[in-house]
Amino acid sequence: MSKESKELQKQSTQTPVETERTRNSKVYVPKVDIYETKDAIILIADMPGVDENSVDVILDKNILTISGTAEPLSFKDYSIAYSEYDVGDYQRAFTISDEVDKEKIEATVKNGVLRLTLHKAEKVKARKIAIKAA
Amino acid sequence: MFGPTVWRFGRVTDPFREMQRLQSEMNRLFSTVDPQIGHEYPPINVWSGEQDAIVTAEIPGIDPETFDISVIGDTLTIGGKVDPEILKEGESYHRQERSYGRFNRILQLPFHVNADKVEAKYEKGILRINLPRAEEDKPKKVVIQAE
Repeated sequence: MSKESKELQKQSTQTPVETERTRNSKVYVPKVDIYETKDAIILIADMPGVDENSVDVILDKNILTISGTAEPLSFKDYSIAYSEYDVGDYQRAFTISDEVDKEKIEATVKNGVLRLTLHKAEKVKARKIAIKAA
Repeated sequence: MFGPTVWRFGRVTDPFREMQRLQSEMNRLFSTVDPQIGHEYPPINVWSGEQDAIVTAEIPGIDPETFDISVIGDTLTIGGKVDPEILKEGESYHRQERSYGRFNRILQLPFHVNADKVEAKYEKGILRINLPRAEEDKPKKVVIQAE
């Protein structure tokens, strides 16, 4: 073969080696909304195809990891004719500051949307300081 | 002999420019950026069976009451509304990536649908619509008469 074709084949090794998953499925980054209220931080993640049994929320030190598994749909005697989306797993991690009370995290899943309520720790809640008259 | 080739329509091809075009085409094909297939919302998958079809769509976080699905002839319309979170006074977003608002998607199917028998189910953020083929649209077998 010519020299040129060999160079073409070598290019694929340029991508850095990352940790691989044992399951051969695609991993998606769910879209999230995060907002802050007076007492809590609310995290909402779009994870279509997951339910309360297939989603995991793990808090390890300061890293909050949300992951979920969606089973691909398959119908007997039907074949896929047109496809715009693929089904796979979801994973995303966030760094959580110390102001979150790690013992009080609530999670619910409804209609493929994960909702986390991260309550703020007592000590960081804003306190109004009473000013005494001199 | 190795000069620019004159094509039938009088167009002169420049081999260097042609190589550049090929290269950019290859870069596009092998680029790591996931090419988005169809930018319309919601993304759909279509499954075809012998007598019917199933359409599935990823629509997370919608109130099933707000769905507006209709079938006329061979046209399927999926409409709905995703409500935004209502933030109170003093609450603020750190990030907002999810989309909300009204959507409407029209699909033309390769056959007429029996609108009375259409079934839709919404589960885990995935909408699934069963579309049976209309009786009058089904293929009819032609019997050949022997003389």
